[in-house]
Amino acid sequence: MTTNPGNIIRYTVDADGIATLMIDYPGKTMNVIDLAFMDGLSACIEQIRADEQVKGAIITSGKDSFVAGADLMGMEANIDKMAGLPVAELVEQCGSLSRLLRRLETCGKPVVAAINGMALGGGFEICLASHYRVASDAPGLTVGLPEAQVGLLPGAGGTQRLPRLLGIIAAMPYLMEGKQATAKQALKAGMVNEVVPAAELLAAAKRWLLDQPTAVQPWDVKGFKIPGGNPLDPRVAPAFVVGNTMVQAKTFHNMPAPLAIQSCLYEGCMLPIDKALRLESKYMAELSRGPVARGMIRTLFVNKGKAEKGMHRPAGIAPFTCKKLGLIGAGMMGAGIALVAAQRGIKVVLIDRDDDTAAKGKGHAEKVLARLVEKGHQTREKADAILARITPATDYELLRDADLVVEAVFEDRAIKAEVTRKLDAVLPAHCVLATNTSALPITLLAQASRNPERYIGLHFFSPADRMPLVEVIRGKQTSDDTLARALDFIGQLKKTPIVVNDSPGFFTSRFIGAFVDDCLGMVAEGIAPALIENCAKHAGMPVGPLAITDELSIDLAKHAGEAQAREFPDTYKQGRSVPVIKQLFELGRMGRKVGKGFYDYDAAGKKQLWPGLAELYPQREVQPSAHDLKQRILYVQAVEGARAMEAGVLLAPADGDVGAILGVGFPAYTGGPFCFIDGIGLSAFVAEANRLADLFGEQLRPPQLLRDMVSRGQTFYGPTARH
Amino acid sequence: MQSTYIYDHVRTPRGKGKPDGSLHEVTPVWLASRPLVALRERNGLDTRAVDDVVYGCVVPVGEQGGNVGRMAVLQADFDQSVPALQINRYCGSGLEAVSFAAAKVMGGQADLAIGGGVEMMSRVPMGADGGAWAQDPQVAHKTYFIMQGISADLLASLRGHSRADVDAYSAESHVRAARAWAEGRFDKSVVPVQDFLGLELLGRDETIRPGTTVDSLAALKPAFTEMGEKYGYDSVALQRYPQVEQIHHIHHAGNSSGIVDGAAAVLVGNAEAGSRLGLMPRARIRAFAAIGSEPTLMLDGPALAARRALARAGMQASDIDLWELNEAFASVVLTMMEELKIPHERMNVNGGAIAMGHPLGATGAMILGTVLDELERTGKQTALISLCVAAGMGSAMIIERV
Repeated sequence: MTTNPGNIIRYTVDADGIATLMIDYPGKTMNVIDLAFMDGLSACIEQIRADEQVKGAIITSGKDSFVAGADLMGMEANIDKMAGLPVAELVEQCGSLSRLLRRLETCGKPVVAAINGMALGGGFEICLASHYRVASDAPGLTVGLPEAQVGLLPGAGGTQRLPRLLGIIAAMPYLMEGKQATAKQALKAGMVNEVVPAAELLAAAKRWLLDQPTAVQPWDVKGFKIPGGNPLDPRVAPAFVVGNTMVQAKTFHNMPAPLAIQSCLYEGCMLPIDKALRLESKYMAELSRGPVARGMIRTLFVNKGKAEKGMHRPAGIAPFTCKKLGLIGAGMMGAGIALVAAQRGIKVVLIDRDDDTAAKGKGHAEKVLARLVEKGHQTREKADAILARITPATDYELLRDADLVVEAVFEDRAIKAEVTRKLDAVLPAHCVLATNTSALPITLLAQASRNPERYIGLHFFSPADRMPLVEVIRGKQTSDDTLARALDFIGQLKKTPIVVNDSPGFFTSRFIGAFVDDCLGMVAEGIAPALIENCAKHAGMPVGPLAITDELSIDLAKHAGEAQAREFPDTYKQGRSVPVIKQLFELGRMGRKVGKGFYDYDAAGKKQLWPGLAELYPQREVQPSAHDLKQRILYVQAVEGARAMEAGVLLAPADGDVGAILGVGFPAYTGGPFCFIDGIGLSAFVAEANRLADLFGEQLRPPQLLRDMVSRGQTFYGPTARH
Repeated sequence: MQSTYIYDHVRTPRGKGKPDGSLHEVTPVWLASRPLVALRERNGLDTRAVDDVVYGCVVPVGEQGGNVGRMAVLQADFDQSVPALQINRYCGSGLEAVSFAAAKVMGGQADLAIGGGVEMMSRVPMGADGGAWAQDPQVAHKTYFIMQGISADLLASLRGHSRADVDAYSAESHVRAARAWAEGRFDKSVVPVQDFLGLELLGRDETIRPGTTVDSLAALKPAFTEMGEKYGYDSVALQRYPQVEQIHHIHHAGNSSGIVDGAAAVLVGNAEAGSRLGLMPRARIRAFAAIGSEPTLMLDGPALAARRALARAGMQASDIDLWELNEAFASVVLTMMEELKIPHERMNVNGGAIAMGHPLGATGAMILGTVLDELERTGKQTALISLCVAAGMGSAMIIERV
């Protein structure tokens, strides 16, 4: 056996002259591609090339999966530095795996990828650069190029080899949307040549090498034509026309990756392969030095992963498993949580004031599961087993052996206090008592409990069975033990937690509140309602602020504002939206549920902005520019995020970023408010926020924290991070 | 600068731009050569006197590709010493070809030249030339490319034109075109197209529907709703114009220009060439101009181009007796009338492309002749010809009878 640097790839040659490259990254559960891996692969390629005994090579993996892709953790640690590299150097760096794989496919000897498990990103690009691909029929095996999902592109030839194999149109969804394929689908699509039983994988690979090998890729054969036609072919060109428009319609010019991938396809597929690969490296460099990929990798991959692995879980506390969950309140939220818990194998007692209401809560689970069965996503047996775990009830006595209780009753302190007292009477000492609230202060609510140390806030988002985030709010007296158990419970639900300190609106409600409040304030300023709605959407918000307020309803918004004023008489500041909400309330325009709010709704549910709005608030003759409004919409939230950080609500910028994107729809391309600020640069952000504050009001004025960070040269992340 | 005169103008009738259209069986080069033959024959022209021929063509590929102007010159049996070039300013090409020919004369580098154009949309369909604008991801993103029909609906949405407004304008276009034909107002310029045996294929514009009314148009379904809503074009349009709540799709085949085959040519020259050849000047070219505007809205160029041409000529809009604006879409014409306060009685008095069709590369040269004929018929003096142009441009020319 020959070894290679880092011992990442075991290299052996058998009696028939077949070299096997067994990728088995020491100390890792999955193979990832980093510099050490590339050194190892490079050494192996040179051996294959030089050793006259070697007739061909098999690349496979010693793990369950093949190769999971680039080491994004490592990339995240370096990405701030990458952005500062001279551009020529960056292109070289971005193209390093690409050049290596080009060397592999032109080494003069046939190479076969024996795909034993999941092969994603760079892992699948290794397969594409091999001359033949055999996949095992192992369950769960998928192949794909998901780079677009973190703002990157497949930069090791993926954008060039896949269309040359499948045709441009067929390759598009795999590249643009990161669609993954099972072994069967991959075979059908032409992404792999053969699928064999797992046990025969290496034998099948070897058989091809001995029987009918070729060491030349189709695109290196003179006269090669892309199947289905080149980008200008009348069969292909319309797909670009449609694709170009759809990308803009979906991303509002905020996401550079889909455009870069389209361009790799369009321009690259007209070039010979070497020039095409070089072009791909250039577009990769373009993405790597921009803020979008940096923010998306950081927040959606690295920090989301850290949050799920319990970065705020107090150490030294035994792992907790919730076997029996109590849920008080079988409304939308309670019913949703009950469903997701039951789906994860937890027994649930779903309690409400009468049997009908409790049964209605379980009815939600019945409806959702029936739909899954109907669509073939779930068997009837499994669905029944899930339903059997949910017991609708009215009697608190059933909670005597509960491990954790989530109280999800109406957001009113008195009602919640009464439930808490009733729970205290029955719950065992070890049981965690969580309250689901979007804004009521946990420390105050905990006063109703005899053991405030086991009391904690778990802010779920609606619909609870689909929204991935849970905001965990630690009250003043919440114990470490309670926090750890709550986080373990969220892990059981397979949701992503963020942990914040108790404060009005916690983080997420206060954050989205700043957005809605400021946008409703724009209405009173005489800014055209259509302009407000469009600018919010174009900035990347999933729904316009007026539409979202109509959905929540005007009376609820009014009630929430009044509750805040009552609960926090000392700190409450009347929002800019209050007079507008009051005005609509008085006109009886309560929102979508009554068919009129900021919008008019017709019977089919189609909506049109209420023309009377423009009369109520005379339109400014000169409207602000769309650019300034989009900036205002993003900045008012980022500034509020910074205020929350300054107030000690957030334990880390990661919580704010993950929470803002997964919880309240802050645009993913920003990477969250703190990645957004970093991406712009602290000093430029403060200058722009000041400009916007001068134009639109003090809600946009950057807090002292940011100004201090400027003078200290700090950022939220990277080598100059303030923590 | 040399004063430059229009000595003559001819055009083919416009044939329906489909395989059952009457001109479909001839080739683009044949069709392009017809106006040149007519100019030579009507004027007893010694073609050696022609210094250059400029032809507009918007989809210059395939049998219409290469340099269709030079092929037309040779097909028309002009002297081989007459050169030609083909230009493309999208829908402004035919007018721009005349401007380019005139510019050569004005600059003293030609004495006599021909500007014209051809488009056989039945044989070389729109878009057959591809191009980066819609296809290249970088270009499409940079320009917020949308289909022109969506631009027309966007323009109407921005300006508050209703379906009734655009349909009323369009019905009138058919009425005016039918009346013009009935009264022989096009006779001076239209030359019937014959095949190589001399058999006549078409003598009159083929797409006019005299019975068209607002009510009959009301039955037509908007053409761009699905494109706009399902394929993302509306969204792209709103990204440029976020003040618009939604695009109202009101344009359809009946209030947009028709797809047709056609060709036209205009003979221009200086005074000296005219008198040497015994030609009578019909009008003087006062000024011409082209402009660029925002490419997504795309179609607001005519008023801008007209203003620039007026400024060049030292004229006011009120100095113009007759206006001729290509009826690409009804909202384009309504917009220009609003912008420059032009009464409908002075705009497109003999109908336009909604009734008779828009052979892309030829239209500018055609409507220039149409309005010149009308000036002569009515004894008026000045006219301004303009067209909206794809990718956000506009072309205009002012002529004055002598």
